Amino acid sequence: MKILVTAKRVPDPEQKVKFKGDALDQSAVNWQLNQFDEYGVETALRLTEAGSGGARNAGDEVIVVSIGPKDVQQQLRSTLAMGADKAILVEGSDDALDAELVAKTIKALVEKHKPDLVVMGKLAADSEANDVGQRLAAYLDWPQATFACTVEATDGGKALLVGREVDAGVETKKVNLPAVLTVDLRIVLPNAVKGVSAGAAYQEGPRYASLKGIMAAKKKPIEDTTLAALGVAGGARSKIVKVEAPPARKAGIKVASIEELVQKLHNEAKVI
Amino acid sequence: MANVLVVLEHAAGALRTASLPAVTFGKELAAKTGGQLYFLVAGANLSAVVEEASHLGAAEVLVAENPGLEHYLAETYAPVVARAAKEKGATIVAGTATTFGKDLLPRAAGLLDAGLVADVTGIVSANTFRRGMMAGNVLTNVEVSSPVIVVTVRQTEFAPATAGDGASTITKLDVGGVDARGASFVSVSTSKSERPDLTEAKIVVSGGRGLREGKNFEPVAQLADLLGGAMGASRAACDAGMVPNDLQVGQTGKVVAPQLYIAIALSGAIQHLAGMKGSKVIACINKDPEAPIFQVADYGFVGTWEVALPQLIEEVKKLKAAQR
Repeated sequence: MKILVTAKRVPDPEQKVKFKGDALDQSAVNWQLNQFDEYGVETALRLTEAGSGGARNAGDEVIVVSIGPKDVQQQLRSTLAMGADKAILVEGSDDALDAELVAKTIKALVEKHKPDLVVMGKLAADSEANDVGQRLAAYLDWPQATFACTVEATDGGKALLVGREVDAGVETKKVNLPAVLTVDLRIVLPNAVKGVSAGAAYQEGPRYASLKGIMAAKKKPIEDTTLAALGVAGGARSKIVKVEAPPARKAGIKVASIEELVQKLHNEAKVI
Repeated sequence: MANVLVVLEHAAGALRTASLPAVTFGKELAAKTGGQLYFLVAGANLSAVVEEASHLGAAEVLVAENPGLEHYLAETYAPVVARAAKEKGATIVAGTATTFGKDLLPRAAGLLDAGLVADVTGIVSANTFRRGMMAGNVLTNVEVSSPVIVVTVRQTEFAPATAGDGASTITKLDVGGVDARGASFVSVSTSKSERPDLTEAKIVVSGGRGLREGKNFEPVAQLADLLGGAMGASRAACDAGMVPNDLQVGQTGKVVAPQLYIAIALSGAIQHLAGMKGSKVIACINKDPEAPIFQVADYGFVGTWEVALPQLIEEVKKLKAAQR
Protein backbone atom coordinates (compact mmCIF):
# COMPACT_ATOMS: atom_id res chain seq x y z
CA MET A 1 0.00 0.00 0.00
CA LYS A 2 1.36 3.38 -0.95
CA ILE A 3 0.12 6.07 1.42
CA LEU A 4 0.29 9.85 1.23
CA VAL A 5 -0.06 11.53 4.64
CA THR A 6 -0.60 15.24 5.13
CA ALA A 7 1.10 17.14 7.95
CA LYS A 8 0.45 20.72 8.98
CA ARG A 9 2.38 22.71 11.53
CA VAL A 10 0.25 24.52 14.09
CA PRO A 11 0.94 26.68 17.13
CA ASP A 12 1.36 24.68 20.34
CA PRO A 13 -2.24 24.50 21.61
CA GLU A 14 -1.01 24.80 25.21
CA GLN A 15 0.60 28.18 24.53
CA LYS A 16 -1.45 31.25 25.35
CA VAL A 17 -2.73 32.99 22.21
CA LYS A 18 -1.29 36.50 21.82
CA PHE A 19 -2.88 39.36 19.96
CA LYS A 20 -1.21 42.40 18.42
CA GLY A 21 -3.90 44.97 17.77
CA ASP A 22 -6.52 43.21 15.69
CA ALA A 23 -4.19 40.46 14.47
CA LEU A 24 -2.59 37.39 15.99
CA ASP A 25 0.91 37.82 17.29
CA GLN A 26 2.72 34.64 16.29
CA SER A 27 6.26 35.94 16.75
CA ALA A 28 6.90 33.76 19.80
CA VAL A 29 4.81 30.79 18.74
CA ASN A 30 6.22 27.34 19.34
CA TRP A 31 5.26 25.52 16.13
CA GLN A 32 4.57 21.83 16.24
CA LEU A 33 3.10 19.08 14.13
CA ASN A 34 -0.70 19.06 14.29
CA GLN A 35 -1.50 16.22 16.69
CA PHE A 36 -4.18 14.76 14.42
CA ASP A 37 -1.65 14.63 11.57
CA GLU A 38 0.97 13.01 13.79
CA TYR A 39 -1.66 10.36 14.49
CA GLY A 40 -2.23 10.14 10.74
CA VAL A 41 1.47 9.34 10.24
CA GLU A 42 1.24 6.69 12.97
CA THR A 43 -1.84 5.22 11.24
CA ALA A 44 -0.04 5.03 7.90
CA LEU A 45 3.00 3.38 9.48
CA ARG A 46 0.86 0.79 11.28
CA LEU A 47 -1.08 0.03 8.09
CA THR A 48 2.14 -0.80 6.27
CA GLU A 49 3.88 -2.84 8.99
CA ALA A 50 3.59 -6.37 10.30
CA GLY A 51 2.48 -5.21 13.75
CA SER A 52 4.48 -3.54 16.50
CA GLY A 53 8.19 -3.96 15.84
CA GLY A 54 7.42 -5.48 12.44
CA ALA A 55 9.16 -4.39 9.27
CA ARG A 56 7.54 -2.37 6.50
CA ASN A 57 5.77 -4.64 4.02
CA ALA A 58 7.75 -5.00 0.80
CA GLY A 59 6.61 -2.48 -1.79
CA ASP A 60 4.69 -0.34 0.71
CA GLU A 61 5.59 3.31 1.05
CA VAL A 62 4.65 6.23 3.30
CA ILE A 63 5.11 9.74 1.91
CA VAL A 64 4.43 12.78 4.09
CA VAL A 65 3.51 16.13 2.57
CA SER A 66 3.29 19.55 4.16
CA ILE A 67 2.39 22.93 2.76
CA GLY A 68 4.06 25.75 4.63
CA PRO A 69 7.21 27.84 5.01
CA LYS A 70 10.71 26.34 4.70
CA ASP A 71 10.77 25.82 8.47
CA VAL A 72 8.24 23.00 8.15
CA GLN A 73 11.28 20.89 7.27
CA GLN A 74 11.66 20.39 10.99
CA GLN A 75 8.21 18.82 11.39
CA LEU A 76 8.66 16.78 8.21
CA ARG A 77 12.01 15.50 9.46
CA SER A 78 10.31 14.32 12.65
CA THR A 79 7.83 12.24 10.62
CA LEU A 80 10.74 10.73 8.71
CA ALA A 81 12.34 9.88 12.06
CA MET A 82 9.10 8.12 13.06
CA GLY A 83 9.55 5.96 9.98
CA ALA A 84 8.03 7.63 6.93
CA ASP A 85 10.02 7.01 3.74
CA LYS A 86 10.11 10.43 2.19
CA ALA A 87 8.62 13.88 2.46
CA ILE A 88 7.43 16.65 0.19
CA LEU A 89 7.48 20.31 1.19
CA VAL A 90 5.23 22.58 -0.83
CA GLU A 91 6.20 26.14 -0.09
CA GLY A 92 3.30 28.32 0.90
CA SER A 93 2.09 30.68 3.59
CA ASP A 94 -1.04 30.13 5.67
CA ASP A 95 -2.30 33.66 4.95
CA ALA A 96 -2.40 32.97 1.22
CA LEU A 97 -4.02 29.54 1.47
CA ASP A 98 -7.50 28.23 2.07
CA ALA A 99 -9.01 24.74 2.12
CA GLU A 100 -9.71 24.89 -1.62
CA LEU A 101 -6.08 25.63 -2.52
CA VAL A 102 -4.76 23.05 -0.07
CA ALA A 103 -7.08 20.35 -1.45
CA LYS A 104 -6.12 21.27 -5.04
CA THR A 105 -2.43 21.03 -4.12
CA ILE A 106 -2.86 17.60 -2.57
CA LYS A 107 -4.91 16.50 -5.57
CA ALA A 108 -2.01 17.48 -7.84
CA LEU A 109 0.37 15.47 -5.66
CA VAL A 110 -1.98 12.48 -5.71
CA GLU A 111 -2.05 12.59 -9.49
CA LYS A 112 1.73 12.71 -9.56
CA HIS A 113 2.53 10.06 -6.94
CA LYS A 114 -0.55 7.83 -7.33
CA PRO A 115 -0.99 6.65 -3.72
CA ASP A 116 -3.62 4.03 -2.82
CA LEU A 117 -4.65 6.01 0.21
CA VAL A 118 -4.45 9.56 1.54
CA VAL A 119 -4.42 9.81 5.34
CA MET A 120 -5.09 13.12 7.05
CA GLY A 121 -5.83 14.34 10.55
CA LYS A 122 -9.55 15.02 10.88
CA LEU A 123 -8.82 18.68 11.56
CA ALA A 124 -5.99 21.10 12.20
CA ALA A 125 -5.88 22.18 15.83
CA ASP A 126 -5.55 25.85 14.83
CA SER A 127 -8.12 26.46 12.08
CA GLU A 128 -10.41 23.54 13.04
CA ALA A 129 -12.12 23.65 9.66
CA ASN A 130 -12.42 19.92 9.07
CA ASP A 131 -12.71 20.57 5.34
CA VAL A 132 -9.74 19.43 3.23
CA GLY A 133 -10.09 15.63 3.43
CA GLN A 134 -13.71 15.50 2.32
CA ARG A 135 -13.10 18.18 -0.30
CA LEU A 136 -10.10 16.27 -1.67
CA ALA A 137 -12.25 13.12 -1.90
CA ALA A 138 -14.80 15.11 -3.94
CA TYR A 139 -12.12 16.52 -6.25
CA LEU A 140 -10.71 13.02 -6.82
CA ASP A 141 -14.15 11.38 -6.92
CA TRP A 142 -12.84 8.89 -4.32
CA PRO A 143 -14.70 7.44 -1.36
CA GLN A 144 -13.97 8.94 2.04
CA ALA A 145 -13.90 7.67 5.60
CA THR A 146 -13.70 10.51 8.09
CA PHE A 147 -13.24 10.67 11.88
CA ALA A 148 -11.70 7.19 11.99
CA CYS A 149 -11.10 5.54 15.37
CA THR A 150 -10.35 2.12 13.92
CA VAL A 151 -9.17 0.94 10.51
CA GLU A 152 -8.60 -2.52 9.15
CA ALA A 153 -7.26 -3.52 5.75
CA THR A 154 -9.58 -6.00 4.07
CA ASP A 155 -10.12 -7.71 0.70
CA GLY A 156 -6.37 -8.42 0.54
CA GLY A 157 -5.55 -4.75 0.99
CA LYS A 158 -7.94 -3.53 -1.71
CA ALA A 159 -10.34 -1.95 0.80
CA LEU A 160 -10.54 -0.58 4.32
CA LEU A 161 -13.08 -1.28 7.02
CA VAL A 162 -13.26 1.90 9.05
CA GLY A 163 -14.84 2.60 12.44
CA ARG A 164 -15.99 6.22 12.40
CA GLU A 165 -16.78 8.24 15.50
CA VAL A 166 -20.20 9.73 14.82
CA ASP A 167 -22.56 11.57 17.16
CA ALA A 168 -24.61 8.47 17.88
CA GLY A 169 -21.70 6.08 18.47
CA VAL A 170 -19.42 4.27 16.05
CA GLU A 171 -20.33 3.68 12.41
CA THR A 172 -18.53 1.04 10.37
CA LYS A 173 -18.00 1.97 6.74
CA LYS A 174 -16.17 0.11 4.01
CA VAL A 175 -14.26 2.01 1.36
CA ASN A 176 -12.55 0.54 -1.66
CA LEU A 177 -9.11 1.95 -2.39
CA PRO A 178 -8.06 4.45 -3.49
CA ALA A 179 -9.72 6.48 -0.76
CA VAL A 180 -9.27 9.36 1.66
CA LEU A 181 -9.09 8.56 5.38
CA THR A 182 -9.21 11.20 8.12
CA VAL A 183 -8.32 10.12 11.64
CA ASP A 184 -9.65 10.98 15.07
CA LEU A 185 -7.65 10.73 18.29
CA ARG A 186 -8.49 7.18 19.30
CA ILE A 187 -6.85 5.83 16.15
CA VAL A 188 -3.64 5.43 18.20
CA LEU A 189 -5.10 3.01 20.76
CA PRO A 190 -3.18 -0.31 20.81
CA ASN A 191 -5.46 -2.32 18.49
CA ALA A 192 -7.01 0.49 16.45
CA VAL A 193 -5.12 -0.16 13.21
CA LYS A 194 -4.80 -3.52 11.49
CA GLY A 195 -2.76 -3.72 8.31
CA VAL A 196 -2.69 -6.51 5.76
CA SER A 197 -0.04 -8.43 7.68
CA ALA A 198 -1.22 -8.74 11.26
CA GLY A 199 1.24 -8.62 14.14
CA ALA A 200 1.67 -7.66 17.76
CA ALA A 201 -0.45 -4.88 19.25
CA TYR A 202 1.06 -1.40 19.56
CA GLN A 203 1.63 0.74 22.60
CA GLU A 204 -0.93 3.48 22.99
CA GLY A 205 -0.07 6.73 21.26
CA PRO A 206 2.14 7.69 18.34
CA ARG A 207 5.63 6.24 18.41
CA TYR A 208 8.65 8.19 19.54
CA ALA A 209 11.47 8.45 17.05
CA SER A 210 14.34 6.16 17.99
CA LEU A 211 17.92 7.36 17.78
CA LYS A 212 18.33 5.07 14.79
CA GLY A 213 15.23 6.61 13.25
CA ILE A 214 16.56 10.12 13.79
CA MET A 215 19.87 9.21 12.16
CA ALA A 216 18.12 7.52 9.24
CA ALA A 217 15.81 10.53 8.78
CA LYS A 218 18.81 12.74 8.01
CA LYS A 219 19.44 10.72 4.88
CA LYS A 220 15.84 10.52 3.71
CA PRO A 221 14.79 12.85 0.91
CA ILE A 222 12.62 15.94 1.33
CA GLU A 223 11.45 17.10 -2.06
CA ASP A 224 10.79 20.83 -2.41
CA THR A 225 8.11 22.10 -4.71
CA THR A 226 5.69 25.00 -5.10
CA LEU A 227 2.01 25.50 -5.82
CA ALA A 228 2.92 26.93 -9.22
CA ALA A 229 5.07 23.92 -10.10
CA LEU A 230 2.10 21.70 -9.26
CA GLY A 231 -0.15 23.77 -11.49
CA VAL A 232 -2.24 25.20 -8.65
CA ALA A 233 -3.22 28.75 -9.56
CA GLY A 234 -5.45 31.47 -8.12
CA GLY A 235 -5.70 33.11 -4.74
CA ALA A 236 -7.56 32.12 -1.60
CA ARG A 237 -11.30 32.75 -1.75
CA SER A 238 -11.80 32.34 2.00
CA LYS A 239 -10.09 34.99 4.09
CA ILE A 240 -10.01 35.78 7.77
CA VAL A 241 -10.85 39.49 7.80
CA LYS A 242 -10.99 39.99 11.56
CA VAL A 243 -9.61 38.25 14.63
CA GLU A 244 -10.26 39.03 18.26
CA ALA A 245 -10.11 37.49 21.68
CA PRO A 246 -13.34 36.00 23.00
CA PRO A 247 -14.95 37.88 25.88
CA ALA A 248 -13.47 36.66 29.15
CA ARG A 249 -15.74 34.77 31.53
CA LYS A 250 -16.21 36.75 34.68
CA ALA A 251 -14.17 35.40 37.52
CA GLY A 252 -15.90 32.76 39.58
CA ILE A 253 -15.74 32.00 43.27
CA LYS A 254 -14.64 29.05 45.33
CA VAL A 255 -17.30 27.74 47.66
CA ALA A 256 -16.45 26.41 51.11
CA SER A 257 -18.88 23.50 51.15
CA ILE A 258 -21.08 21.39 48.89
CA GLU A 259 -24.08 22.76 50.76
CA GLU A 260 -23.04 26.27 49.74
CA LEU A 261 -22.51 25.10 46.15
CA VAL A 262 -26.06 23.78 45.91
CA GLN A 263 -27.47 26.91 47.55
CA LYS A 264 -25.59 29.14 45.07
CA LEU A 265 -26.74 27.10 42.09
CA HIS A 266 -30.31 27.25 43.35
CA ASN A 267 -30.68 30.76 44.78
CA GLU A 268 -28.08 32.81 42.92
CA ALA A 269 -27.61 31.19 39.51
CA LYS A 270 -31.13 29.71 39.54
CA VAL A 271 -30.13 26.77 37.39
CA ILE A 272 -31.31 23.91 39.61
CA MET B 1 -30.44 37.64 -4.77
CA ALA B 2 -29.07 34.83 -2.71
CA ASN B 3 -31.26 31.78 -2.24
CA VAL B 4 -30.51 29.65 0.79
CA LEU B 5 -30.65 25.86 0.92
CA VAL B 6 -30.64 24.16 4.33
CA VAL B 7 -29.81 20.44 4.42
CA LEU B 8 -31.92 18.92 7.19
CA GLU B 9 -30.50 16.09 9.26
CA HIS B 10 -32.88 13.44 10.50
CA ALA B 11 -32.88 10.05 12.20
CA ALA B 12 -35.57 7.46 12.90
CA GLY B 13 -38.33 9.42 11.16
CA ALA B 14 -37.77 12.74 12.92
CA LEU B 15 -35.62 15.81 12.39
CA ARG B 16 -32.56 15.86 14.58
CA THR B 17 -32.70 18.84 16.89
CA ALA B 18 -29.41 20.10 15.48
CA SER B 19 -31.34 20.87 12.28
CA LEU B 20 -33.47 23.52 13.98
CA PRO B 21 -30.71 26.07 14.69
CA ALA B 22 -29.53 25.52 11.08
CA VAL B 23 -33.05 26.44 9.93
CA THR B 24 -32.88 29.62 12.03
CA PHE B 25 -29.55 30.45 10.39
CA GLY B 26 -31.15 29.92 6.96
CA LYS B 27 -34.12 32.12 7.82
CA GLU B 28 -31.93 34.93 9.12
CA LEU B 29 -29.72 34.82 6.08
CA ALA B 30 -32.63 34.67 3.59
CA ALA B 31 -34.21 37.66 5.35
CA LYS B 32 -30.92 39.53 5.00
CA THR B 33 -30.46 38.79 1.32
CA GLY B 34 -34.11 38.80 0.22
CA GLY B 35 -33.61 35.32 -1.21
CA GLN B 36 -35.84 32.27 -0.98
CA LEU B 37 -35.38 29.61 1.69
CA TYR B 38 -35.33 25.95 0.62
CA PHE B 39 -34.91 22.77 2.63
CA LEU B 40 -33.47 19.49 1.42
CA VAL B 41 -34.46 16.19 3.00
CA ALA B 42 -32.66 13.12 1.66
CA GLY B 43 -33.06 9.44 2.50
CA ALA B 44 -35.69 6.71 2.28
CA ASN B 45 -39.18 6.54 3.86
CA LEU B 46 -39.30 10.26 4.44
CA SER B 47 -42.99 11.13 4.81
CA ALA B 48 -42.91 11.90 8.55
CA VAL B 49 -39.74 14.00 8.28
CA VAL B 50 -41.08 15.88 5.26
CA GLU B 51 -44.31 16.67 7.10
CA GLU B 52 -42.30 18.00 10.05
CA ALA B 53 -40.02 20.02 7.77
CA SER B 54 -42.92 21.57 5.86
CA HIS B 55 -43.97 23.69 8.87
CA LEU B 56 -40.63 25.37 9.46
CA GLY B 57 -41.00 28.31 7.10
CA ALA B 58 -39.31 27.33 3.84
CA ALA B 59 -40.75 28.29 0.47
CA GLU B 60 -40.19 24.74 -0.67
CA VAL B 61 -39.06 21.42 0.76
CA LEU B 62 -37.06 19.34 -1.73
CA VAL B 63 -37.42 15.64 -1.13
CA ALA B 64 -34.70 13.31 -2.38
CA GLU B 65 -36.24 9.93 -1.66
CA ASN B 66 -34.61 6.77 -2.94
CA PRO B 67 -34.04 3.30 -1.46
CA GLY B 68 -30.35 3.76 -2.31
CA LEU B 69 -30.22 6.65 0.15
CA GLU B 70 -31.52 4.65 3.12
CA HIS B 71 -28.15 4.66 4.85
CA TYR B 72 -26.29 7.95 4.83
CA LEU B 73 -23.07 8.00 2.82
CA ALA B 74 -21.24 11.20 1.94
CA GLU B 75 -20.58 9.68 -1.50
CA THR B 76 -24.29 9.38 -2.36
CA TYR B 77 -25.63 12.40 -0.48
CA ALA B 78 -23.13 15.05 -1.62
CA PRO B 79 -24.23 14.88 -5.29
CA VAL B 80 -27.86 15.24 -4.13
CA VAL B 81 -26.96 18.38 -2.16
CA ALA B 82 -25.11 19.78 -5.18
CA ARG B 83 -28.01 18.99 -7.48
CA ALA B 84 -30.55 20.65 -5.18
CA ALA B 85 -28.37 23.75 -4.79
CA LYS B 86 -27.96 24.12 -8.55
CA GLU B 87 -31.63 23.53 -9.27
CA LYS B 88 -32.71 26.27 -6.85
CA GLY B 89 -29.90 28.70 -7.56
CA ALA B 90 -28.80 28.54 -3.93
CA THR B 91 -25.72 30.61 -3.21
CA ILE B 92 -25.69 29.58 0.42
CA VAL B 93 -25.89 25.92 1.39
CA ALA B 94 -26.14 25.38 5.13
CA GLY B 95 -26.38 22.38 7.43
CA THR B 96 -25.62 21.04 10.86
CA ALA B 97 -22.15 21.15 12.40
CA THR B 98 -22.57 17.56 13.56
CA THR B 99 -20.60 14.54 12.36
CA PHE B 100 -23.24 14.25 9.59
CA GLY B 101 -22.85 17.84 8.39
CA LYS B 102 -19.09 17.87 8.84
CA ASP B 103 -18.70 14.69 6.79
CA LEU B 104 -21.15 15.66 4.05
CA LEU B 105 -20.92 19.40 3.47
CA PRO B 106 -17.20 19.78 2.70
CA ARG B 107 -17.63 17.07 0.06
CA ALA B 108 -20.67 18.90 -1.33
CA ALA B 109 -18.61 22.13 -1.29
CA GLY B 110 -15.99 20.35 -3.38
CA LEU B 111 -18.63 19.37 -5.94
CA LEU B 112 -20.09 22.90 -5.96
CA ASP B 113 -16.70 24.62 -6.34
CA ALA B 114 -17.63 26.48 -3.16
CA GLY B 115 -15.77 27.79 -0.15
CA LEU B 116 -16.83 26.53 3.25
CA VAL B 117 -17.11 28.13 6.65
CA ALA B 118 -17.29 25.55 9.43
CA ASP B 119 -18.94 25.82 12.83
CA VAL B 120 -20.47 29.23 12.19
CA THR B 121 -21.53 31.12 15.31
CA GLY B 122 -22.88 34.29 13.72
CA ILE B 123 -23.80 36.10 10.51
CA VAL B 124 -21.88 39.28 9.69
CA SER B 125 -23.10 39.71 6.11
CA ALA B 126 -24.25 37.55 3.21
CA ASN B 127 -20.67 36.40 2.58
CA THR B 128 -18.99 36.94 5.95
CA PHE B 129 -19.48 34.69 8.94
CA ARG B 130 -18.28 34.48 12.48
CA ARG B 131 -16.53 31.42 13.89
CA GLY B 132 -14.07 30.48 16.59
CA MET B 133 -10.75 28.73 16.17
CA MET B 134 -7.81 27.55 18.26
CA ALA B 135 -10.02 25.76 20.76
CA GLY B 136 -12.27 28.78 21.15
CA ASN B 137 -9.43 31.15 22.06
CA VAL B 138 -9.77 33.24 18.89
CA LEU B 139 -12.91 34.61 17.27
CA THR B 140 -12.76 35.38 13.57
CA ASN B 141 -14.80 36.84 10.76
CA VAL B 142 -14.33 34.84 7.57
CA GLU B 143 -15.16 36.40 4.21
CA VAL B 144 -15.72 34.09 1.26
CA SER B 145 -15.68 35.24 -2.36
CA SER B 146 -16.74 32.02 -4.13
CA PRO B 147 -20.14 32.32 -5.91
CA VAL B 148 -21.56 29.55 -3.70
CA ILE B 149 -20.74 29.35 0.00
CA VAL B 150 -21.28 26.28 2.17
CA VAL B 151 -21.75 26.70 5.90
CA THR B 152 -22.03 24.37 8.89
CA VAL B 153 -23.98 25.93 11.74
CA ARG B 154 -22.97 25.49 15.38
CA GLN B 155 -26.04 24.25 17.15
CA THR B 156 -25.48 26.12 20.40
CA GLU B 157 -25.29 29.55 18.76
CA PHE B 158 -28.66 29.87 17.01
CA ALA B 159 -32.08 29.46 18.61
CA PRO B 160 -33.96 26.37 17.43
CA ALA B 161 -36.63 27.17 14.82
CA THR B 162 -40.21 26.48 15.85
CA ALA B 163 -43.05 25.19 13.70
CA GLY B 164 -45.52 27.74 12.30
CA ASP B 165 -48.99 27.50 10.77
CA GLY B 166 -48.01 27.75 7.12
CA ALA B 167 -46.92 24.80 5.05
CA SER B 168 -44.18 24.73 2.45
CA THR B 169 -44.60 23.40 -1.08
CA ILE B 170 -43.22 19.88 -1.29
CA THR B 171 -41.29 18.95 -4.41
CA LYS B 172 -39.68 15.67 -5.36
CA LEU B 173 -36.06 16.03 -6.38
CA ASP B 174 -34.87 13.67 -9.10
CA VAL B 175 -31.75 12.14 -7.57
CA GLY B 176 -30.59 10.41 -10.74
CA GLY B 177 -28.48 7.26 -10.34
CA VAL B 178 -27.18 6.57 -6.85
CA ASP B 179 -23.48 5.68 -7.05
CA ALA B 180 -21.59 5.08 -3.79
CA ARG B 181 -18.21 5.23 -5.56
CA GLY B 182 -16.83 2.21 -3.78
CA ALA B 183 -18.13 3.06 -0.32
CA SER B 184 -20.67 1.08 1.65
CA PHE B 185 -22.41 1.36 4.99
CA VAL B 186 -21.74 -1.69 7.15
CA SER B 187 -23.27 -1.04 10.57
CA VAL B 188 -23.60 1.43 13.38
CA SER B 189 -23.35 0.72 17.09
CA THR B 190 -24.96 3.24 19.36
CA SER B 191 -24.92 3.42 23.10
CA LYS B 192 -28.53 3.58 24.16
CA SER B 193 -29.39 5.94 26.96
CA GLU B 194 -32.61 7.14 28.53
CA ARG B 195 -30.93 10.41 29.39
CA PRO B 196 -31.39 13.53 27.27
CA ASP B 197 -28.97 14.00 24.40
CA LEU B 198 -25.71 15.69 25.44
CA THR B 199 -26.10 18.51 22.94
CA GLU B 200 -29.70 19.21 23.94
CA ALA B 201 -29.68 18.84 27.72
CA LYS B 202 -30.19 21.89 29.96
CA ILE B 203 -27.83 20.38 32.50
CA VAL B 204 -24.70 18.36 31.77
CA VAL B 205 -22.69 16.50 34.42
CA SER B 206 -19.26 15.41 33.20
CA GLY B 207 -16.58 13.27 34.72
CA GLY B 208 -12.86 13.27 34.09
CA ARG B 209 -9.75 11.20 34.49
CA GLY B 210 -9.82 11.69 38.26
CA LEU B 211 -12.69 9.20 38.49
CA ARG B 212 -10.14 6.52 37.58
CA GLU B 213 -12.52 3.77 36.48
CA GLY B 214 -15.84 3.22 34.74
CA LYS B 215 -17.81 2.18 37.81
CA ASN B 216 -17.07 5.54 39.40
CA PHE B 217 -19.18 7.15 36.72
CA GLU B 218 -22.23 5.58 38.42
CA PRO B 219 -22.66 8.43 40.93
CA VAL B 220 -22.03 10.92 38.10
CA ALA B 221 -24.89 9.28 36.20
CA GLN B 222 -27.01 9.32 39.35
CA LEU B 223 -26.47 13.07 39.73
CA ALA B 224 -27.26 13.65 36.06
CA ASP B 225 -30.50 11.69 36.47
CA LEU B 226 -31.49 13.59 39.61
CA LEU B 227 -31.07 16.85 37.71
CA GLY B 228 -32.74 15.57 34.54
CA GLY B 229 -29.48 16.16 32.71
CA ALA B 230 -27.09 14.39 30.38
CA MET B 231 -23.77 12.80 31.21
CA GLY B 232 -20.53 13.84 29.55
CA ALA B 233 -16.85 13.04 29.91
CA SER B 234 -13.37 14.24 29.12
CA ARG B 235 -11.23 12.72 26.41
CA ALA B 236 -9.05 11.04 29.01
CA ALA B 237 -12.04 9.25 30.52
CA CYS B 238 -13.25 8.09 27.09
CA ASP B 239 -9.78 6.98 25.96
CA ALA B 240 -9.43 4.94 29.12
CA GLY B 241 -12.66 3.17 28.23
CA MET B 242 -14.50 4.38 31.37
CA VAL B 243 -17.45 5.56 29.26
CA PRO B 244 -18.40 5.35 25.56
CA ASN B 245 -16.64 7.74 23.20
CA ASP B 246 -19.83 9.53 22.19
CA LEU B 247 -19.97 11.12 25.66
CA GLN B 248 -16.80 13.11 24.95
CA VAL B 249 -17.14 16.88 25.25
CA GLY B 250 -14.50 19.05 23.62
CA GLN B 251 -12.71 20.16 20.48
CA THR B 252 -13.04 16.61 19.22
CA GLY B 253 -16.32 15.36 20.53
CA LYS B 254 -19.39 17.37 21.24
CA VAL B 255 -19.81 21.08 21.82
CA VAL B 256 -22.34 21.80 24.52
CA ALA B 257 -23.76 24.99 26.00
CA PRO B 258 -26.23 24.00 28.71
CA GLN B 259 -27.68 26.20 31.44
CA LEU B 260 -25.49 24.35 33.93
CA TYR B 261 -22.32 22.34 33.39
CA ILE B 262 -20.94 20.42 36.33
CA ALA B 263 -17.40 19.05 35.97
CA ILE B 264 -16.36 16.34 38.40
CA ALA B 265 -12.70 15.34 38.81
CA LEU B 266 -11.99 16.85 35.43
CA SER B 267 -8.94 19.09 35.08
CA GLY B 268 -10.12 21.13 32.10
CA ALA B 269 -7.59 20.79 29.28
CA ILE B 270 -8.08 23.54 26.70
CA GLN B 271 -9.48 21.00 24.24
CA HIS B 272 -12.18 20.18 26.79
CA LEU B 273 -12.87 23.83 27.63
CA ALA B 274 -13.42 24.47 23.91
CA GLY B 275 -16.43 22.19 24.06
CA MET B 276 -18.17 23.65 27.13
CA LYS B 277 -17.00 27.24 27.70
CA GLY B 278 -20.27 28.52 26.26
CA SER B 279 -22.25 27.02 29.16
CA LYS B 280 -24.27 29.61 31.07
CA VAL B 281 -23.11 28.47 34.50
CA ILE B 282 -20.15 26.21 35.21
CA ALA B 283 -19.55 24.42 38.51
CA CYS B 284 -16.69 22.10 39.32
CA ILE B 285 -15.34 19.77 41.95
CA ASN B 286 -11.63 19.08 41.83
CA LYS B 287 -9.04 18.27 44.44
CA ASP B 288 -6.37 20.36 42.70
CA PRO B 289 -7.04 24.08 43.26
CA GLU B 290 -4.68 24.87 40.36
CA ALA B 291 -6.68 22.83 37.82
CA PRO B 292 -7.55 24.98 34.77
CA ILE B 293 -11.24 24.14 35.15
CA PHE B 294 -11.37 26.63 38.07
CA GLN B 295 -10.50 29.45 35.64
CA VAL B 296 -13.78 29.05 33.81
CA ALA B 297 -15.94 27.85 36.70
CA ASP B 298 -18.45 30.22 38.27
CA TYR B 299 -18.54 28.02 41.35
CA GLY B 300 -15.66 25.79 42.28
CA PHE B 301 -15.23 23.41 45.18
CA VAL B 302 -11.78 22.14 46.10
CA GLY B 303 -12.05 18.58 47.35
CA THR B 304 -12.00 14.94 46.32
CA TRP B 305 -14.92 13.55 44.41
CA GLU B 306 -15.02 10.55 46.74
CA VAL B 307 -16.22 12.82 49.52
CA ALA B 308 -17.85 15.67 47.61
CA LEU B 309 -19.91 13.80 45.04
CA PRO B 310 -22.03 11.78 47.52
CA GLN B 311 -22.60 15.02 49.43
CA LEU B 312 -23.67 16.78 46.26
CA ILE B 313 -26.11 13.98 45.46
CA GLU B 314 -27.58 14.22 48.99
CA GLU B 315 -27.89 18.03 48.81
CA VAL B 316 -29.60 17.87 45.43
CA LYS B 317 -31.97 15.19 46.75
CA LYS B 318 -32.85 17.45 49.69
CA LEU B 319 -33.45 20.37 47.35
CA LYS B 320 -35.62 18.30 45.04
CA ALA B 321 -37.61 16.99 48.02
CA ALA B 322 -38.18 20.56 49.25
CA GLN B 323 -39.33 21.61 45.77
CA ARG B 324 -41.88 18.85 45.56
